[in-house]
Amino acid sequence: MSVEIIKIALSLGLLVAGATCAAAANSEQDFKAAYAAAEAANKEASALRNQWTTTTSTLAAAKKAADGGDFDAAVASAREAEALARASIFQATSEKERWKAMEIR
Amino acid sequence: MNERSVIHRASATLAVLAALVAPAFAADTVDPVADARAFRKFFTDKFPKVKLEDFVNGPYSMNEDLHRQWEEKEQFPPYEFSLGMGKEMFSSPFRNGRSYQDCFPNGGIGVRQNYPYFDEKEGKVVTLELALNRCREANGEAPFSYVRDEMAALTAYMAFTSRGKPFDIKIPNDPRALDAYQKGKEYFYTRRGQLNFSCATCHVQSPGERIRAEVLAPALGILNAMPIYRSEWSSMGTTSRRFTTCNSQIRGVPLNPQDDEYRNLEYYLSYVSNGLPISGPGARP
Repeated sequence: MSVEIIKIALSLGLLVAGATCAAAANSEQDFKAAYAAAEAANKEASALRNQWTTTTSTLAAAKKAADGGDFDAAVASAREAEALARASIFQATSEKERWKAMEIR
Repeated sequence: MNERSVIHRASATLAVLAALVAPAFAADTVDPVADARAFRKFFTDKFPKVKLEDFVNGPYSMNEDLHRQWEEKEQFPPYEFSLGMGKEMFSSPFRNGRSYQDCFPNGGIGVRQNYPYFDEKEGKVVTLELALNRCREANGEAPFSYVRDEMAALTAYMAFTSRGKPFDIKIPNDPRALDAYQKGKEYFYTRRGQLNFSCATCHVQSPGERIRAEVLAPALGILNAMPIYRSEWSSMGTTSRRFTTCNSQIRGVPLNPQDDEYRNLEYYLSYVSNGLPISGPGARP
């Protein structure tokens, strides 16, 4: 077997291993970690007085999916909720100065 | 390069720098009088055909057809039942024998144009809705919901007794009052919610435009007609209801009615409409 063929075989092996990992089902532990991260970000948005309704509803969807045992959907929703919360934090922070651009003078 | 051209270049550079620095400085200086003047000018320039006192009629001032509909609607105004209820409630005594009249200057008649005011003792803005609930609580009664029914009825009656009187909001010589005004202004222009809208997005940048089926009202005079009967709600709503529903419509979690932010916002919006007549209670599509 040539070195080239060995290299290709190894690469394929790694690709398959990677794909297997990615396709692995999410566990309750994964959900709990993703949900806690989303909740923490939403709490930060609340402290900035700028929560979004969509963060709250997406968190609720994550919880509902987890209660039904669908941890893949639950983790996906929790990650989406975290992204929404982080966007609301960014908005609140950047608007501290940006609001002046809209002011009537 | 001769001496004169060096001086010209240096002067031009300084002029550019001054132009860049000036707006930043202006933005950080709190000047309510200048703000109110600029605010009024913005809207009267944008809508030169609208009479100043007509801005208080919101979307009806923006569109002739809507204005005609409104004039017909005023023959049998949808807020009439609420107004009657408010009048009765206002004159009925509490269980301790006192009444709302005991809590307000001039017995509460014709004073709506002076609210909100800055209470120097408390160091905060006091709105009419807040003053009404404080009056109830001081007399052993449970507070009303800030967003509808009884509160709308009471404020409708008080607004009615002030119809035609110009808004007369004062900012006392107190740094806390100026701070409350400035925070209200900041809230008005700050984008929030997933839709990334500020109050100004609709009511400064787009009055007269449609958002779905609604015609947006100009911010100038927007609180003069409060409380309002909204056909969309099929009921009356207070200023608190308007603020909280605006927030949720742009996918932001509303704050609690009468939180400091909303009180400051009402202070700012009322102040920049000083001189425009109270027209409440109003009716909106």
